[in-house]
Amino acid sequence: MPPLPRGQQRCLTSWSNLNQLTVQFDDRPVVDRVDLTVRRGDIITIIGPNGAGKTTLIKAILGIQRASSGRISRSSRLVIGYVPQHLSLESTLPLSVRRFMLLSGRSDHECQAALERTGVRHLIDASVHHLSGGETQRLLLARALARRPDLLVLDEPAQGVDINGQAALYDLIRQLRDELNCGVIMISHDLHLVMAATDKVICLNQHVCCSGYPADISHDPAFIETFGHQVAESLAVYHHHHNHRHNLHGDVVTSAGHHGACDHEHH
Amino acid sequence: MSIIDSVLDDFFWRALLGGLGVALVAGPLGCFVVWRRMAYFGDTLAHSALLGIALSFLISVPLNIGVIITCITIAIALVLLSRTRALATDTLLGILAHSALAIGLVTLSFMPDVRVDLTGLLFGDLLAMARLDLLWIYGGAAFVLTLLAILWRGLLMSTIHEELARVEGVPVERLRLALMLMFSLVIAVAMKIVGVLLITALLIIPAATARRLAKNPEHMMALAVVFGFIAVTGGLSLSWHLDTPAGPSVVVTAFLSFLLVYSTARNTSH
Repeated sequence: MPPLPRGQQRCLTSWSNLNQLTVQFDDRPVVDRVDLTVRRGDIITIIGPNGAGKTTLIKAILGIQRASSGRISRSSRLVIGYVPQHLSLESTLPLSVRRFMLLSGRSDHECQAALERTGVRHLIDASVHHLSGGETQRLLLARALARRPDLLVLDEPAQGVDINGQAALYDLIRQLRDELNCGVIMISHDLHLVMAATDKVICLNQHVCCSGYPADISHDPAFIETFGHQVAESLAVYHHHHNHRHNLHGDVVTSAGHHGACDHEHH
Repeated sequence: MSIIDSVLDDFFWRALLGGLGVALVAGPLGCFVVWRRMAYFGDTLAHSALLGIALSFLISVPLNIGVIITCITIAIALVLLSRTRALATDTLLGILAHSALAIGLVTLSFMPDVRVDLTGLLFGDLLAMARLDLLWIYGGAAFVLTLLAILWRGLLMSTIHEELARVEGVPVERLRLALMLMFSLVIAVAMKIVGVLLITALLIIPAATARRLAKNPEHMMALAVVFGFIAVTGGLSLSWHLDTPAGPSVVVTAFLSFLLVYSTARNTSH
């Protein structure tokens, strides 16, 4: 999918803004006074232990979880592309990849282009019930992409994807950010991969316990307290090399001209 | 006398026409019951139809209207109760279904002047189909099918993934209400055919049979209608020749075609 021509780009700097957002379940704050601003071109990754309120936070951003207090402001014309955590589709509903894409309301051409971009166009006539974990995630990403989002929200996008596929997937997300010039918020557990592919990390444990650039955050005492010394140290010295790429099945592919390549150095 | 009149004067043809009309709308809605796992929900609404009938007698309103309003009320009560999460949904459904059925029966017993054919209500009275019933069935079917066609994309999307649909601006809650309205209507008209105890069977068995062969959602709906037609036609013929009760015969035929399809057809569906 080619990048938008300049004239089409909407000139807003801040897509979404949370101010002291709190979500409570039974008087227990699950998300506690979180401030967060997403701008065009940002990749923000939310990390945190289980039960830290990560999913609740992004549901509030998506507008499907009501805030108990605080304010969420979104640009009124904001188009959100959402990649949910599990696509647990009801297997009694016969559904092909093509149909699932077309239900986004976009044209067949746009849907095919989006599938092509995430590398799963060959699956267009397959049933959505017969896809692997990696293929499902790429389909969901294509569906979000077809809507030409201003803000891409992903809940653990690499879940169920093998380790090489994960790196390729995060790389693809970063490329899409560049092409669409959209903001990205994602939840991830893959700390070392996230650190390489993100601009800003928010460590959430109900409240924001620390936030900042990946390199800084791994020295933050609050981060070390949450994730332990070992994780912090392994991240601080993290470097990642690749001189080849993998296709969806994990096989090494050497030909150029494909997307999702890892033939560069992360830092 | 025209052909139409002579057909409509024959009780067998009236029953067949009525049954086909119900199958026409039970197929598509039955697919939603299967997709959204609402089988027990359908049962609960069907059981509460009896309460609707009792209340209609009590305040003298037409039966169909009473049943529709009662079903919608129970459906809304269910949605509100399940939101509190105090009890699991299946427990709630069980409580409401049987309480509604019991309250309906108790209420009827307080009205000795009202002569109600209880067996007909519980198991259907297909052969007593009147011309007015046909009007209700085809009017209801036309309304429900039109509404389904208009709301189709949103309904399908919110069935596939509710949160994704919500993010894309699909009015999920309103569509759920619309679906309940359609269920209530179908139950009110289908009651006459198979009775409140067997309505869910007419909704889910043809749809489940269709699932085995379906390539896409619309295909599944069309097949569900076809299997519904087979069930109604076969059931009525069975009833005609062997003098079996019509409603149960329809359900038995539906079940037989389900068995046949699942034991012979290779799974080539999507």
